Amino acid sequence: MKKLKRSTKRKIIETVIISVIVMIAAVLCIFPFYWMIFNSIRNPDLINQGSAELFTTDLTWDSYKAVFEYGDGLLWRAYLNSFIIASLQTVGTLFTSSLAAFAFAKIRFKGSKPIYGLFIATLMIPGQVTMLPLFMMFAKVGWTNSFLPLIVPGVMINTYGVFMLRSFMVSIPNGLLEAAEIDGCGWFGKYFKIVLRLIKPALVTLGLFTFIGSWNNYMGHLIYLSDEKLTTLPLLIAGLKETHMTGANWGRIMAASTLSIVPIAIVYLACQKYFVQGIATTGMK
Amino acid sequence: MRRRMTKKERYDNALGWIFITPQLVGFILFVAFPLVFSLVLCFSDWNMIDMPEFVGWRNFTAVFNDTIFWKSIGNTFIYIAIVVPLTLLSSLTLAILTNRKLPLMKFYRAAFFLPMVTSTVAIAMVWMFIYQADGGILNSVLAVFGIKNLPNWLQDTVWARIAVSVVSIWLKVGYYYIIFDAGLKNIPTELYEAADIDGASVWRKITKITVPMLSSVMFFVTVMLFIDIFNMFNEVFIMTAGGPDYSTYTLSMYIYFYAFREFDMGRAAVASWVLFALVGIVTVIQFKIKKKVVFE
Repeated sequence: MKKLKRSTKRKIIETVIISVIVMIAAVLCIFPFYWMIFNSIRNPDLINQGSAELFTTDLTWDSYKAVFEYGDGLLWRAYLNSFIIASLQTVGTLFTSSLAAFAFAKIRFKGSKPIYGLFIATLMIPGQVTMLPLFMMFAKVGWTNSFLPLIVPGVMINTYGVFMLRSFMVSIPNGLLEAAEIDGCGWFGKYFKIVLRLIKPALVTLGLFTFIGSWNNYMGHLIYLSDEKLTTLPLLIAGLKETHMTGANWGRIMAASTLSIVPIAIVYLACQKYFVQGIATTGMK
Repeated sequence: MRRRMTKKERYDNALGWIFITPQLVGFILFVAFPLVFSLVLCFSDWNMIDMPEFVGWRNFTAVFNDTIFWKSIGNTFIYIAIVVPLTLLSSLTLAILTNRKLPLMKFYRAAFFLPMVTSTVAIAMVWMFIYQADGGILNSVLAVFGIKNLPNWLQDTVWARIAVSVVSIWLKVGYYYIIFDAGLKNIPTELYEAADIDGASVWRKITKITVPMLSSVMFFVTVMLFIDIFNMFNEVFIMTAGGPDYSTYTLSMYIYFYAFREFDMGRAAVASWVLFALVGIVTVIQFKIKKKVVFE
């Protein structure tokens, strides 16, 4: 009895110590977000004076107003453009990569294995290698300064997406598809009615990854979008930086950063389960 | 009977090809062709306006005689030396510590994951603000603890690298935490129960069970981290633009600079193949070692 008590006591101490360490790590992870949001509503004059208190009641919406007024409502445009690029790419890539993944996983056709092998072999190629020729190709066909170079390649080829969806589809029992065939279901029926439904979690995961990847893409936007009308959130935020930063500049940047991060953070927190699943399965491979 | 089978086979064959057509066309247009094109670029002088000109190995000698190129390679290895072990260690430690029932678990996990989904551009700006010499929160906090004469983090050739590395680690820990966490959940609990019966200490359990059982995951994480660092661009480009004095410059920035500022595609292409080669070498080496070491 006494021994049991001692061990529970030890357990409690252990939990407390571990909680303290983990809490410090969590605070370090969150602090920059707190600092961003806090400074987006802090009076910019205070930032100017170089005061760095952790909290103040001297709050104002001035920085947000300034961001919304910046460049005649450029922020709305950036939001819209970021959204258009990310959603078109996401919808497109989900469709084409699930089709290909389905063919590789369940349809027996000549050349399926070597082509799939070729796809997987190119997973390792860094984007920088194909980036230069792609830029020259798109310049040749006059696609620079449009959203097309940022959407079309992502839709037309997503080896990671094919790889991931295929691994989910392989685990669908063939018996299920054969049963559907007896009921008069063709390949299209099997794809739409059975497979897509069963791999919904994988589709959500891939969709989220694609959307967030596109929303946060910077280098691609930097290369292809120079027209102000085509600006996106990362470009807009980077554009707010000036050589001599004042308190007002910082306030505006923090406000714009908050506006770009908050929607994605909410989506992510709502779908955390899918994210974790998606990442965890890549580690198992 | 046989004819019907072939008919179905032919139908399947056609349909399989139809289903992969969009991705196959994309593969040819946006992966295979650019890959070959990029090799051609390595041996050409092409400024996007005039016709391409074959220049032999000139682009290679230009890159390999460039001190800035070597500086960016050196920086890459410095980043690797700092970021790989620290990210590995901190994400593994957090995964081990949270692999039990703790109050506020949901909060901790949400906190760890947040950095990886946020826009690097936006958050790099926030870190710049944190690192500011005058009125930056980091220096103010350190001053409270009596630490004075603080450097201007992003303007100092030594500290800038460390400051950028810290941001890089901060961005990555959550991702690898998830991978380690999933790996830990795959270790059979019987192993720990048996060790408990033998009276093994916590440290012994970690070094004799957890780490060996996770070795394949650790290899995967190491390869991924190396590749992450070879590709490092956004956070550096925003926070220091490669400076001061190229001390934070990366290979990706080198490629970007020559391709899209100088429009010297040949030189950028050579640098991009160097990056490709580095990724390839690291992957091959690690898988060779993995075969020998990993306990499965």
